[in-house]
Amino acid sequence: MDATPETSYRLRGETGDWEVVIGLEVHAQVISTAKLFSGASTTFGAAPNSQVSLVDAAMPGMLPVINRACVEQAVRTGLGLRAHINTTSVFARKNYFYADLPQGYQISQYEQPIVGEGSLVLDMPDGASRTVGIERLHLEQDAGKSLHDQHPSRSFIDLNRSGVALMEIVSKPDMRSPEEAGAYLRKLRSILRYLGTCDGNMEEGSMRADVNVSVRKVGEPGLRTRCEVKNVNSVRFVMQAIEVEAMRHIEIWESGAEVEQETRLFDPARGETRSMRSKEEAHDYRYFPDPDLLPLTFDDAFVDRIRATLPELPDDKKARFIADYGLTPYDASVLVVDRKEADFFEAVAKGRDGKAAANWVISTLFGTLNKRGVGIEDSPVSAENLGKLIDLIADDTISGRIAKEVYEIMVETGGAPDAIVEERGLKQVTDTGAIEAAIDQVMAANPDKVEQVKGGKEKLLGWFTGQVMKATQGKANPGMVNELLKKKILG
Amino acid sequence: MTALTDLTIAEARAGLAAGDFTATELTEAHLAAMEARAGLNAYITPTAERALAMAKTSDARIHAGQAGTMEGIPIAMKDLFCTNGVRTTAGSTILGTFVPPYESTVSAKLWDAGAVLLGKANQDEFAMGSSNETSAFGNAVNPWTRAGDPDTTLVPGGSSGGSAAAVAGRIAMAATGTDTGGSIRQPASFCGIVGLKPTYGRCSRWGIVAFASSLDQAGPMARTVTDTAIMMGAMAGHDPQDSTSAPVAVPDFAAAVEQGVKGLKVGIPKEYRPEQGLSPEIDAIWAQGMAMLRDAGAETVDISLPHTKYALPTYYIIAPAEASSNLARYDGVRYGLRVLEEGDSLNDMYCKTRAAGFGAEVKRRILIGTYALSAGYYDAYYLKAQKVRTLIAQDFKAAFDGGVDVILTPTTPSAAFPIGAEIDDPVTMYLNDVFTVPTSLAGLPGLSVPVALTSEGLPQGLQLIGRPFDEETVLRAGRALEKAAGFTAKPRLLEG
Amino acid sequence: MSLDKETVHRIAFLARVAVPDDQLDPLSRELSGILHWIEQLGEVDTTSVEPMTSVAEMTLPWRDDVVTDGGYPERVTANAPESQDGFYLVPKVVE
Ligand SMILES: [Mg+2]
Ligand SMILES: [Zn+2]
Repeated sequence: MDATPETSYRLRGETGDWEVVIGLEVHAQVISTAKLFSGASTTFGAAPNSQVSLVDAAMPGMLPVINRACVEQAVRTGLGLRAHINTTSVFARKNYFYADLPQGYQISQYEQPIVGEGSLVLDMPDGASRTVGIERLHLEQDAGKSLHDQHPSRSFIDLNRSGVALMEIVSKPDMRSPEEAGAYLRKLRSILRYLGTCDGNMEEGSMRADVNVSVRKVGEPGLRTRCEVKNVNSVRFVMQAIEVEAMRHIEIWESGAEVEQETRLFDPARGETRSMRSKEEAHDYRYFPDPDLLPLTFDDAFVDRIRATLPELPDDKKARFIADYGLTPYDASVLVVDRKEADFFEAVAKGRDGKAAANWVISTLFGTLNKRGVGIEDSPVSAENLGKLIDLIADDTISGRIAKEVYEIMVETGGAPDAIVEERGLKQVTDTGAIEAAIDQVMAANPDKVEQVKGGKEKLLGWFTGQVMKATQGKANPGMVNELLKKKILG
Repeated sequence: MTALTDLTIAEARAGLAAGDFTATELTEAHLAAMEARAGLNAYITPTAERALAMAKTSDARIHAGQAGTMEGIPIAMKDLFCTNGVRTTAGSTILGTFVPPYESTVSAKLWDAGAVLLGKANQDEFAMGSSNETSAFGNAVNPWTRAGDPDTTLVPGGSSGGSAAAVAGRIAMAATGTDTGGSIRQPASFCGIVGLKPTYGRCSRWGIVAFASSLDQAGPMARTVTDTAIMMGAMAGHDPQDSTSAPVAVPDFAAAVEQGVKGLKVGIPKEYRPEQGLSPEIDAIWAQGMAMLRDAGAETVDISLPHTKYALPTYYIIAPAEASSNLARYDGVRYGLRVLEEGDSLNDMYCKTRAAGFGAEVKRRILIGTYALSAGYYDAYYLKAQKVRTLIAQDFKAAFDGGVDVILTPTTPSAAFPIGAEIDDPVTMYLNDVFTVPTSLAGLPGLSVPVALTSEGLPQGLQLIGRPFDEETVLRAGRALEKAAGFTAKPRLLEG
Repeated sequence: MSLDKETVHRIAFLARVAVPDDQLDPLSRELSGILHWIEQLGEVDTTSVEPMTSVAEMTLPWRDDVVTDGGYPERVTANAPESQDGFYLVPKVVE
């Protein structure tokens, strides 16, 4: 399964080449209506402390009761990661003091997580795949938010996020380059969105990554000390953070010093990582099973019921697109990233040439969406119309060049391609007489060139095609033009 | 006619129903007694106004024929139960100003049943203590004194010491307590009243300031077994807000009380008679208890609970470990005390607030618990204790599986002691709970019933331990002891 | 196990309880005494004994995914030593 080639990403140091070893811990906010252990709402952007129950504020005597939907979402995600589901898991308290941690502990899972080992396939830009191991997935509570710029001497605490369910998804240290880390995050986000278990919006903080980085000499067995770069909030920053942190390690090792295991923060503005806390404050989380909660248990039937509702996931869809539509692995992987985009593609491709459909969707439509900054659901061109456009090319009603023109009109007006072609008289000219007349005109105007062709310079035929197309405003069928040109000039 | 403050709940209910007196009169009598015996320091926060308003409502409900099972009965509420709009301190400076905007499940059930709140009862700080001396509001006083030594004030026991003192001192008809390692049973024994720690999961913990979550249980304290059973019925029941609350039906405890003990097998654990420790006097009282039950038709059998001696050290790992985490929320941010000086960091604020807000015993346990859970020590302390706890629970299970219906032991190794006598030596203080802690670790119901006076003239209780959720058998056996013992002695305080 | 002064200092900071320097020694003696007493547990053979997870012989109950709570910021901050605009206030935290 992981017989995939090592990447050749290397960092050059003074003493030779170094390899980077990367593991990711992703905190993904669970999509649920209420919080993990309380009945308060999870919606975003409410007034401070308005979505806080007495439980979330850790009032004396308040007790947690688990939300069934959060359990289901964790299991669903575990199945999507082809992971082992633990039918018994245990909630533990992770004890530490922080202003936005009201209980003085986070309810998390430690020794017995709800999801065990699984795997995730990376789709690399060159079309290759690489498998990254998933170590575990566990459920835990989010903390509140601290605002530091409201007051000269105070931080403001809002507990609206406090108690929202998170899935912490921990990878094995299987990645070897920033690109792989980026591909991992994009693939994970894709899967979570397919499953509907996390919206994957890194900008809004609903997906956050802690990056574990260490380096070693190429060929060196074992792992060196790693550092954890906390809470990096975009794919780009994750990739940058890995690079600068790896370089920092290399410099330390090469200076003869030792890297110290610690937690660091990435500062994108300065392009550097820095230490988060002093030794004095080093954490000792004192994990122990939460005595307010019993072990979380469910049966195989519960898991099977969830399994039965899983959608087709990106890897399966990709394989099917390759098999059914003859796509390249790369095109297929691009099309399956987003479920709605994949559905759109399928609506376009059904009953048509898959490759042509993929080309239109990837090279043309995605470009339009990007330029407009809209998602597929707001596409100005419907899948039905894009399909019809491809049909018009296929049955020679319009040429590929005219099709581009029609497409632009479709983008502007939202109109159907057949109507546009009809209204604007863009139909391909397939009338032999009309094409012959145009050819005669061009030949008459360029006798010298006619002679050159006759003299064996057949390359010039292309020039003639272009002139004829121009004369017909691109409407002539290029195949017919070629054929008739040959006949007329070469006899 | 008996003074209104001397009535049992059962008698008071009859009197109220018959119209012999009103709930308001009953409450007024208790409020007057509270003032007269303020020296007991049984209440941290008396709630006279609220009591009178509640009594008035009770009178209306009685009049309308809608009386609940505790209608018009004036009670004390341990200050560990959060009461909506009434300051709840847990006996601690750190919660000295805390007014909960919510009501604990158990107290809410009692108000639904018609009970009247006289005030919030004194207790050891965060329920950590066996003498009520760790309260930040001064120690509650035992209404009993030694024969011939009226000037030496004795502890009421703890941590539900204010509750016990109030019930024994006739300034509450009954009281709620909580019991983590003996905190209902030990003060009940010290003050000559009845106290029941129910099965873990029988009463909701929602809204009770947590000490050690895997052990804490609320329970009733009253002057008779029947009263205890009546109150128990009002407190118990499944609560979906507490994940450890058992979804089991609540039986009619009061109806079970008079069923007698004929044919019951009573286990007598040999390990509760340690070589050093149990005085001949307590041993003799225990023997009297056995005889009483045999006379009532029960059979006593010797049993062995081999891990008994390890219960206390096990408890003193588990309870502080849980407490160290449960008490982390008292950080000066959302409620309670905050100590913050100019230029202080967040950590400075935490450290100063908690140093000033917690008393010595609470800090001691937080530190022990923190240490027991810390990196490198978890397996040696916490995990080890949880394993021994399994063995202790298995001991009891084996006894019950062997056919025993109920187990009889002394409640405490000694009667009440003078204030200040043991406070300086934590381990000596911990030994007060040697007979009650094993039951707590196993989650079983335990009842303390006063059966005799010691040679010093102080009450001594015996403990009955039952199967999980079999409070009925425990109460039946308790009633048999109560009947046989005919314990009618009253604290000297009430004689004058 | 004996607790030295440094350990007590570390534990006290973990628990965020200020302990004056002159109390570290007596406190370490006191805590060592308690721990020493506790260590009699070492006598008990616990090989192949499962640690107790809960005395409650039941499974973890679940709640439905509906909003049943919250929406009362004033109740949440009513007891706060310092609050403003619905927020709790703490000494500024520098990251
Ligand atoms: Mg982590
Ligand atoms: Zn986490």
